[in-house]
Amino acid sequence: MAGSGPTILIQGAGVAGLVTAVTLAERGARVTLHESGPRIGSGASWFAGGMLAPWCEAEAAPEEVTRDSLNSLAWWASHVPDVIRNGSLVVAPPRDQVELNRFGRRTSHFETLGSEAIAELEPDLAGRFDRALFFAEEGHVDPRIALGRLKERLLILGGHIRLDTSVVDGQFDWVVDCTGIQARESEPDLRGVRGEMILVRCPDVVLHRPVRMLHPRIPIYIVPREHGVFMVGATMVESDDGREITVRAMSELLNALYTLHPAFAEAEIIEANAGIRPSYPDNVPRVHRDGHRLSVNGMYRHGFLLSPARAAEVADIIFTQAA
Amino acid sequence: MRAYGIDLSSPLMLGTALYDSPAILADSVRRGRPGAVTVSLRRESAGLQAGQAFWELVRGFDVPVLPNTAGCHTVREAVTTAQMAREVFETDWIKLEVIGQGDLLQPDVFALVEAARILNEEGFKVFPYMTEDLVVAERLLRAGCEVLMPWGAPIGSGRGLNNLFGLRALRAHFPEVPMVIDAGIGRPSHAVTAFELGFDAILINTAVAKAGDPAAMAEAFRLACDVGQLAKTADPMDERDMAVPSTPTLGKASFAS
Repeated sequence: MAGSGPTILIQGAGVAGLVTAVTLAERGARVTLHESGPRIGSGASWFAGGMLAPWCEAEAAPEEVTRDSLNSLAWWASHVPDVIRNGSLVVAPPRDQVELNRFGRRTSHFETLGSEAIAELEPDLAGRFDRALFFAEEGHVDPRIALGRLKERLLILGGHIRLDTSVVDGQFDWVVDCTGIQARESEPDLRGVRGEMILVRCPDVVLHRPVRMLHPRIPIYIVPREHGVFMVGATMVESDDGREITVRAMSELLNALYTLHPAFAEAEIIEANAGIRPSYPDNVPRVHRDGHRLSVNGMYRHGFLLSPARAAEVADIIFTQAA
Repeated sequence: MRAYGIDLSSPLMLGTALYDSPAILADSVRRGRPGAVTVSLRRESAGLQAGQAFWELVRGFDVPVLPNTAGCHTVREAVTTAQMAREVFETDWIKLEVIGQGDLLQPDVFALVEAARILNEEGFKVFPYMTEDLVVAERLLRAGCEVLMPWGAPIGSGRGLNNLFGLRALRAHFPEVPMVIDAGIGRPSHAVTAFELGFDAILINTAVAKAGDPAAMAEAFRLACDVGQLAKTADPMDERDMAVPSTPTLGKASFAS
């Protein structure tokens, strides 16, 4: 490997691990990435929405989440050409209009649209909603494509990736643990929040941006992917049970989809999955340091949004130390 | 309030669902100082280990835990969930909820009475979530319940006390039974009214969890409980149809309007 920067082992090739690996490699570190699963993104990242939505997240997340994610969209756009910057749209079924008011009170950087403006942005939603909130400055990306791009980038930068391995062999200046919920044994504060999602294929409906469908209990979002595919997520259950998606979850997700547009009734369900989000008590991701061991964990719902900021923190620690 | 021989330190019961994070829930418990916290098992019922981390956190509040059967629609589901709750939380308290109607989350009072009978026989101390119906109250007491939990309004609706007449009648018919207003309370003013009507406690969740500042709202509810209870002991005046001057009218020119 070229360069003479510090040698770093990163454990876990989910979004936190890959973003950290690329960030460190770009600053001259010699990076080795170990993943215990059979592919990159073997954990929660694979099932993420990939919404780069700092303003929408402010509805339920503390202010620091928004603050630390303001540069996130720029980071992703500069690393992944597939990032789409079309903003995001928030709607509510007629009976849950108060939820839209509440969402508006808790967030900023949006404009309120009437039915005509909604139809202009998303012709397929014409006549379906009288009111929506439009967050123009947000974006989204397909997590699976994004992780693949980071992998390519890391290899170009001279990094090494080993799958199916959790042993630490060899000497490294630093070890960074990005293993998510698998680190629970060593991190008593970490808990799992189960999330369930589905992918459907529906050539009859075209959306250009993620749509959040407000609901008093769980916020459901529908994110357009390539080739007529839509991702619908995600439940939030205080549990680290990794069993398959439940009937309850699937009906809630499908109901939201159908409420958004009845044409989804004919959509083909191509995937249904459940993942466990690693979460700290305040649901905010953190970097911890213990000597030359660092950890980036507790990504909760914010893996894609906050990994760039947390990776920068890791890089600052390592390179301040090395200087 | 005293229920099943145990005095609660506060008449505020606080639900633990819907908070944006466990840290915010913990702050709300700290500032609301509830006499009990309720926790749901149903959604995490895949296995006894599954919700461990969250339940551990709830146990850590050092506040009596009232597990509930939220989300159950049949007698069997409710009974099984109660049995599981006894194992997880090592308590025989159970807030019994059997939902009969999806839109209003209205209790199925028939299944409720049946489930209450079974659970009381099994030694549970049952807190039944009910409508304000007198006959249902009578049946629940006959089934062995020593506490009643009438709704104020549908769960999560925040509409306050929908049927003041019905709640007054219920209170008047069973003056000795501890009663908790469960569901529908949206604002501290609703809570004050509940105590003024003579109810012994309130159970809230959404009103705190979905407030902009949940911890502050928890404290507001704690103060509202104090206000309502104090007002009740002070024997509030009755309403009248006509004005009554607060200054003496004697000596004025005329009594005529």
